[in-house]
Amino acid sequence: MRVRKVRGKHKIIIPSHLLDEVLSHCDVEYPDEACGILAGKEGVVLKVYKMKNIENSPISYLIDSKEQFTVMKEIRERGLDITAIYHSHPDLDAYPSAKDIQLAFYPESVYIIISLSEREREVKAFHIEEGNVKEVEIKVSLK
Amino acid sequence: MSVKVRIPTPLQKLTQGQDVVECKPGMIIELIHELDNRFPGIGERISEGGKIRRFVNIYLNEEDIRFIKAEETEVKEGDEVSIIPAIAGG
Ligand SMILES: [Zn+2]
Repeated sequence: MRVRKVRGKHKIIIPSHLLDEVLSHCDVEYPDEACGILAGKEGVVLKVYKMKNIENSPISYLIDSKEQFTVMKEIRERGLDITAIYHSHPDLDAYPSAKDIQLAFYPESVYIIISLSEREREVKAFHIEEGNVKEVEIKVSLK
Repeated sequence: MSVKVRIPTPLQKLTQGQDVVECKPGMIIELIHELDNRFPGIGERISEGGKIRRFVNIYLNEEDIRFIKAEETEVKEGDEVSIIPAIAGG
């Protein structure tokens, strides 16, 4: 797996065992897109919420709205933030599609994209706001 | 002023950072008008031509208003309304 190193002010830190959870979720859903929410605090991921992609599609995702409502409530009650939103690209690069950019309604969260199109999986993170895409550094921590 | 409305983080810049706003009871569409009067610009982020936008979900307490009476859902004193943009892409 390749995790790109990018310099910049924005950064997300994810413990390796949580990144593994995300990657295995993407594998399980393959060839459809997997999606989920990473809850955390101050840019550090603390919990993975694997969500249901109600579109069951290899080119599209939509998180089940009731599940999203419930998870967002739990995150709020735990005093955490939606640090990141992730989804997989079974056949495309790890870069936001036009649809990803158009439907990025959470600019304070980082969008993580996992590409499964190459033999080596690729994980990248982006800040998306009003059509502007900026790559964000992902730091994988050991604990 | 007694309905609690949860504003999603992306719209909080329009509500001066407030995550919860108190509104008057009434229909959902009236509540959106009230919000837009108080926080100009928020209305068009939630609805278009009197209809809730496709990628915006609104919950009355624990229930999606699309399964009640959509924009015409009545909100009573003590209720909680949550405005939640969808998470979607391709
Ligand atoms: Zn995508």
